[in-house]
Amino acid sequence: MTMLEIKDLHASAEGMEILKGVDLSINPGEVHAIMGPNGSGKSTLAQVLAGNEVYEVTDGQILYKGQDLLEMAPEERAREGVFMAFQYPVEIPGVSNVYFLKAALNAIRTHRDLDEMDAMDFLTYVREKMKLVKMDEALLNRPVNEGFSGGEKKRNEIFHMAVLDPVLAVLDETDSGLDIDALKVVADGVNTLRNDERAFLVITHYQRLLNYIVPDFVHVLVDGKIVRSGDKELALELEEKGYAWLEREVGASEPVGV
Amino acid sequence: MTMTLTETGVDRYVVEFDHFLRDLAVAGPERIEKLRHTAFERFVELGFPTVRDEQWRFTNVAPIARAELRLDSTPAEVTDKDLAPFDYEGCAQLVVVNGQFVPERSRLEGLPEGVVACGLADALERHPEQIESHLARYARVEEQAFVALNTAFLRDGVFLYVPRNVVVEKPVNIVMVGRPEDRPIGFFPRNLFVAEESSQVTLVEQYVTVGEGSYLCSPVTEVVTGDNAVIDHYKLQRETSEAFHTATFQIQLGRDSNFSSHSISWGGAIVRNDVNAVLEGEGAEATLNGLYMVEGTQLVDNHMRVDHVAPHCDSHELYKGILEGSARAVFSGLIHVHPGAQKTDAKQTNRNLLMSPDALCNSHPQLEIFADDVKCTHGSTVGQLDDTAVFYLRSRGIGEDAARSLLTYAFASDIVDRIKVGSVKRDLEEFLFRRLPKGDIVRQAV
Ligand SMILES: Nc1ncnc2c1ncn2[C@@H]1O[C@H](COP(=O)(O)OP(=O)(O)OP(=O)(O)O)[C@@H](O)[C@H]1O
Ligand SMILES: [Mg+2]
Repeated sequence: MTMLEIKDLHASAEGMEILKGVDLSINPGEVHAIMGPNGSGKSTLAQVLAGNEVYEVTDGQILYKGQDLLEMAPEERAREGVFMAFQYPVEIPGVSNVYFLKAALNAIRTHRDLDEMDAMDFLTYVREKMKLVKMDEALLNRPVNEGFSGGEKKRNEIFHMAVLDPVLAVLDETDSGLDIDALKVVADGVNTLRNDERAFLVITHYQRLLNYIVPDFVHVLVDGKIVRSGDKELALELEEKGYAWLEREVGASEPVGV
Repeated sequence: MTMTLTETGVDRYVVEFDHFLRDLAVAGPERIEKLRHTAFERFVELGFPTVRDEQWRFTNVAPIARAELRLDSTPAEVTDKDLAPFDYEGCAQLVVVNGQFVPERSRLEGLPEGVVACGLADALERHPEQIESHLARYARVEEQAFVALNTAFLRDGVFLYVPRNVVVEKPVNIVMVGRPEDRPIGFFPRNLFVAEESSQVTLVEQYVTVGEGSYLCSPVTEVVTGDNAVIDHYKLQRETSEAFHTATFQIQLGRDSNFSSHSISWGGAIVRNDVNAVLEGEGAEATLNGLYMVEGTQLVDNHMRVDHVAPHCDSHELYKGILEGSARAVFSGLIHVHPGAQKTDAKQTNRNLLMSPDALCNSHPQLEIFADDVKCTHGSTVGQLDDTAVFYLRSRGIGEDAARSLLTYAFASDIVDRIKVGSVKRDLEEFLFRRLPKGDIVRQAV
């Protein structure tokens, strides 16, 4: 069964339409990459999937595991296995990273009829996941993202993902601003978690990430629409030519000024 | 600007004052005896403040003025069981009930030699030199109606004296109990804390209620921080939501002294804290922090005044508030830098979190600077929880209530984390976990 089915999705913020009819299907085990120029609506798509109420869905549908995703509160989505790594992770002073994760994991486990993890089991489990993303133990006990460097924040998002064990992971530019070592860590994290049941939607600006996380499909989002889909070759083509040719193509085939 | 008492109002207070004087067991030194009379006269002149008074614009004490308070109440009983929730292990303890010191419930063993911890009435008799030097020398009877009223009805409270070079290891826990009676009562604890040169002490003042009912607790506390002395002070205002509380806290700071206070308010119907710190010795440092969390129709008003008199002094103020329901908060912070107080470093911040559309906050930081080489900053914010942060937490599976509570706790946490007395910190944390929806999740996550 299709895991995620997005049909003709329209979304706006502050009265401005951002997504103008997105269609996308994702099956278990697949990795989809979404690329596109600045401001094309990539983050909006990610935020709508995670349930950010700032964005109003004006038309279209999203089915997740056959359920109407748009009817679900953000926390329900998370408990059902949707995870979104934020392009700009939020600093939460006063809330410890590790205790917060424990509360989150236990909320998810309770929802899945699993026992809550006690402190000891949780620590063992978390240590294992930390190794996966080469997280510094010190970051565990600090408040969530507070005072983290850009790279540490992105790594922390991957760490959260690893701990929360999602069904569908949406990564919004988790590679942006990373040096090559950090990029490899992020990619390794994703590759280790890749399996037949899990799916990834990887949003990126740069083709480079896709050398490390090899996608099954690549989509190009321009001005709120997917204008082209292909395999990983498409990413290489974009790398070479930039987005301009696609934007021109789209512009040419559509009436201007709509 | 204030309204004088109505004729009947004055009559009532005159009668109460007569009864009070008649029953007064210890009058104390002559100066104090006279002072009660002048203070009473001053109170009659001033009357209760009204909202036309600049300093009381947002805090209407008409309910206090209207309440027919009985001021000559008889000493009330409290048991150890009543006090158990406020009894802090490892602390010396002084218990005051309705303004009168109760030695039987107090625990004073183990204090270093030379330290005096007793009821103020005892001190009036036994420590006249300290009383002469310090009592009623600092709090402003002339200007403040509640200080005048307290001074008129000055009888008892706590006297604490720490001699030179003495370090008091155990925190001193002062439990100020309100014990409501059939009719509303008013009482006026009077405290004097003196820390001599290079001494050190940690003080906790808890204002609590045993029983239910309305009353006015109107304490005046004068603190003398001697040269190079260190005082770490905590106040917990945790009275019943029917209580009125109008407190004046007057602190004098000597040379190189360090005074730090954390004032936590969650109780009371109307709570007014006047905090006046006077940095009179060079190199003194004052930290005045606070946290208030109010709901329903509670009103909490923190009125701060910091006087930088001497040069090279630092003051830091951080007050944070969480307002629910139709609660009101007032913050007024004045930093007054006197001529000659060069190299003053003063910082004042007030932050408020409104949890409900009906909650209201008036925040007024003010600077008055009469010296040219100073660093003064102030700022105040009134806002709501950050939606992006709420969404971030929810997107990880945390429910909405829990997410909001976590962020609220986080807002308060920088005050919570500064509290050095374990029992105070624990009581505040427990209060927050109880008050915040899904507090059990917060408890796990912080
Ligand atoms: N909350 C919002 N309110 C108003 N406008 C918004 C909001 N979020 C996004 N937009 C606008 O919608 C458009 C798409 O933004 P979005 O963040 O989805 O783009 P993006 O493709 O992720 O860009 P980038 O590559 O810079 O991350 C932009 O013009 C942006 O300014
Ligand atoms: Mg983006």
